[in-house]
Amino acid sequence: MGLEAILQKDGYVTTTIDAIVSWARKSSVWPMPMGISCCAIEMISAADPKYDIARFGSEVMRFTPRQCDLMIVAGTVTYKMAQVVRRIYDQMPEPKWVIAMGACTSSGGMYRSYSVVQGIDQFLPVDVYTAGCPPRPENLLNALMTLQEKIGKTKARDFQNRPLVDLELAQN
Amino acid sequence: MDVKALIVEKVKEKFGSSLEEVSDFRDDLCLTIKRDQIVPLGNFLKNDPDLQFSMCKDVTAIDWATRKNRFTVVYHIHSFKLNFTLRIKANITDESNSIESVTSLWKSADWYERETYDMYGIKFVNHPDLRRMYMPEGFEHYPLRKDFPLLGIPGSLPFPKKAE
Repeated sequence: MGLEAILQKDGYVTTTIDAIVSWARKSSVWPMPMGISCCAIEMISAADPKYDIARFGSEVMRFTPRQCDLMIVAGTVTYKMAQVVRRIYDQMPEPKWVIAMGACTSSGGMYRSYSVVQGIDQFLPVDVYTAGCPPRPENLLNALMTLQEKIGKTKARDFQNRPLVDLELAQN
Repeated sequence: MDVKALIVEKVKEKFGSSLEEVSDFRDDLCLTIKRDQIVPLGNFLKNDPDLQFSMCKDVTAIDWATRKNRFTVVYHIHSFKLNFTLRIKANITDESNSIESVTSLWKSADWYERETYDMYGIKFVNHPDLRRMYMPEGFEHYPLRKDFPLLGIPGSLPFPKKAE
């Protein structure tokens, strides 16, 4: 009966490497919490017991970009900060993804101003945009699930090793 | 004696010819002084035993856009002895956009003057470290001037290198 009964015997499943790898990848996306302003508070709420981002395997927020797969850009990005965001993104190992959390990161939001970047997709490749000002934690979880769906469709050969020179990291 | 009357009387006695205007609008006393007298006036207000304006709370500027003398520099100073905040204005009357720094009197004016320089391009002579504050080094414009467009000047602030 049930799974235990099956596991008593020897067995096997057939699948593809890509399916296993992408399943493993999407089930433990480690976020880099790029909390720049008020969206960060909602991002923190998403990790608390009520919303519990751990259900999706993303509870491990790492404050070093070298251990992260996903950058959650949560807050207003100014032109001055854009240099920092891009630099941290460049330090994350491939493969990597980006969630633009909230109106400010997606389009500049209410800051239609000379100092604020009108959408971070002008200097970062964004995978998922999240609406809201700030988005509720459910909305961030929805963005994460959307991203998981996207990661689930990837194949290992989508991310081939590239020399550091191509990544413009060699001089850093 | 009334605090305002005391201040006005004392300043008039010492700076009578340089005092351009005294206004008392909505309970805010404001003195307009000739530009070259800003440091002597500040020195007097700070060190006079009856006044003791020992704290500089703000330095900013006004861009009048269409007027001939385009910029006015505004100071807010506070006296704990009188429990009174005084506003001082100084009109910049030529094209140099410069005024003497008051950092020698109030250390707190350092960053206020840097901010005013960053936003309006007013040069504070004898400021110890007149660099940009909010905008990046090398930025060529002054955002709070009236002729600066709201969304900035395209290309004036560089993006980081774009992803492949």
